[in-house]
Amino acid sequence: MTTLSQTDSLSSGQRWLRALIEKLFGQNLAETFRQLLLPAIGIALFLGFWHLAAPQVQTSLGAFPGPADVLEQSGQLWQEHSNQRDRAAQFVTMQEERNERILAENPGAEVKIRDYPGAPTFIDQIFTSLGTVLAGFVLATIIAVPLGIIIGLNRHFSAAINPLIQIFKPVSPLAWLPLVTMVVSATYVSDDPMFEKSFLTSMITVTLCSLWPTLINTSVGVSAVNPDLLNVSKVLQLSFWTHVRKVVLPSSVPMIFTGLRVSLGIAWMVLIAAEMLAQSPGLGKFVWDEFQNGSSESLSRIMVAVLAIGFIGFLLDRIMLLIQKRVAWNE
Amino acid sequence: MSKSHLELTNVQMAFDTKDGPFVALENVDLKIRKGEFVSLIGHSGCGKSTVLNIVAGLLQATRGGCVLDGHEVNTPGPERAVVFQNHSLMPWLTVYENVELAVQQVFRKSMSRAERKEWILHNLKLVNMDHALDKRPGEISGGMAQRVGIARALAMKPSVLLMDEPFGALDALTRAHLQDSLMKIQQDLNSTVIMITHDVDEAVLLSDRIVMMTNGPAATIGEELHIELERPRNRVTLADHPEYVRYRQAVLSFLYEKQRFPGKGEDEQDKPTAEAEAASQEDSSPDVDNEHSESPVRRIA
Repeated sequence: MTTLSQTDSLSSGQRWLRALIEKLFGQNLAETFRQLLLPAIGIALFLGFWHLAAPQVQTSLGAFPGPADVLEQSGQLWQEHSNQRDRAAQFVTMQEERNERILAENPGAEVKIRDYPGAPTFIDQIFTSLGTVLAGFVLATIIAVPLGIIIGLNRHFSAAINPLIQIFKPVSPLAWLPLVTMVVSATYVSDDPMFEKSFLTSMITVTLCSLWPTLINTSVGVSAVNPDLLNVSKVLQLSFWTHVRKVVLPSSVPMIFTGLRVSLGIAWMVLIAAEMLAQSPGLGKFVWDEFQNGSSESLSRIMVAVLAIGFIGFLLDRIMLLIQKRVAWNE
Repeated sequence: MSKSHLELTNVQMAFDTKDGPFVALENVDLKIRKGEFVSLIGHSGCGKSTVLNIVAGLLQATRGGCVLDGHEVNTPGPERAVVFQNHSLMPWLTVYENVELAVQQVFRKSMSRAERKEWILHNLKLVNMDHALDKRPGEISGGMAQRVGIARALAMKPSVLLMDEPFGALDALTRAHLQDSLMKIQQDLNSTVIMITHDVDEAVLLSDRIVMMTNGPAATIGEELHIELERPRNRVTLADHPEYVRYRQAVLSFLYEKQRFPGKGEDEQDKPTAEAEAASQEDSSPDVDNEHSESPVRRIA
């Protein structure tokens, strides 16, 4: 679609721009330049509008942050992160030195190293969120793909389960969250827990909300295998597993991946909401804490988080696209 | 039973529709010798594909049945390999892998890995497709893909080769080329072939016998015509051969004089077939019958 609009319906302004660029940089360079230039112009216009409009919006925490404030705060957040890292390293070396001293006096003494107790930084929260979203997404995939294959293969099963899918698909993560929280606290009881409860709560909520697109796309892909190919499979007398592995699955891979990409997008969106509500570590908690904190810098820091969330979501989708291109036969 | 290799006895095929059962085939009796090349010809919706699907085991006759080498046919199997109209290759597998899938399945136990590889290459060589082993079906022409489809079917060492309008979707030149290849392969291997076709020339050129079907509903075998032309046959020298012209005339007269009006009630269950047949007409050569033409006789003349 973008190529269409670029080549077929050029306004006079665009044509003039292209001619200018081609004159300045030559054909090849002009092509790359045009691909970069227009997005750059879009971003620049947005920044300009933001810069002008932000001071007009007054809140109880001061004016809405403009691009400059946000840039400053992102530097600040990075600084805090590296400071925290240094302190953590110091904390560990301090313990090591002390342990050495103890061991020198009494070789049989038991020594251990405690983790640095400082609060997680913005960067730490990003990685926590990424870990949670991947865990939830992987769990959703493990459930949705096989279930989708069964639904796609069996008409009766599909008819039985379809109403459930239709009902649960539109449920918001916020509605699931209290239930998941209660169930997790009631059932996940262990003296030495492998996972934090809050992590499990967010992860399960992500799974519940993000498995539907994959489930539906997989079942549609599986049930839409070319009937001629099904006949080939019958003539060859392929066993059930060979049939699924060699015919059904490869045939529906493009559809499955479309579903997976939508699912991952939803998973990322849901995660932020879940973390805010469940108070589980991650970007959502960062946003919530800053909101509660209510300092003059809070809004800028939240805006940094908003941009980071958007950027990471975009990156995740690109990564899925790359994987899809490697795996799917029709790309 | 004595000499026939494949035998259809008193076959009736009825499909359930909203308006009650629809009888597509009635009293179809057919005996085929080993090594015989039989063409099924008839108007769209007359149940040619249904006959083929019953022999393939993809459909179950509602009465009567099909016996191959003394065994009743109930399920599909590789000894009755099918060549579909649209090659039906797995688009995600390469040419080699497509044939390999069949060979792996049929000769998993009876051939060693090296033997299987050799057998796959042998069959692809037979159809002149050994130059594109690593190409996907989307990267080769329709004619090439159909060759691979034929290679895959031949690689199953079928006792009957079933072809459902194998060349219907191809252009005239490619079709002629593939017909010649098929004639040669069939002669070398002495395989038994049942082929559905719309093309009168194709039927006369390739067949030992042409089975002409009446219009549905309740279609059955109208006439059979034994083609006693010397093999190998050459399409160019046969073109004005008096016998060839006479055979051709006989088929045309059956289709356009005796069975002039195609059946009205096209079977709903058989839709894909009807659609496929309709599609094949679009790129048929001019002398090919066209059921939907208002006065086919004039067209031929």
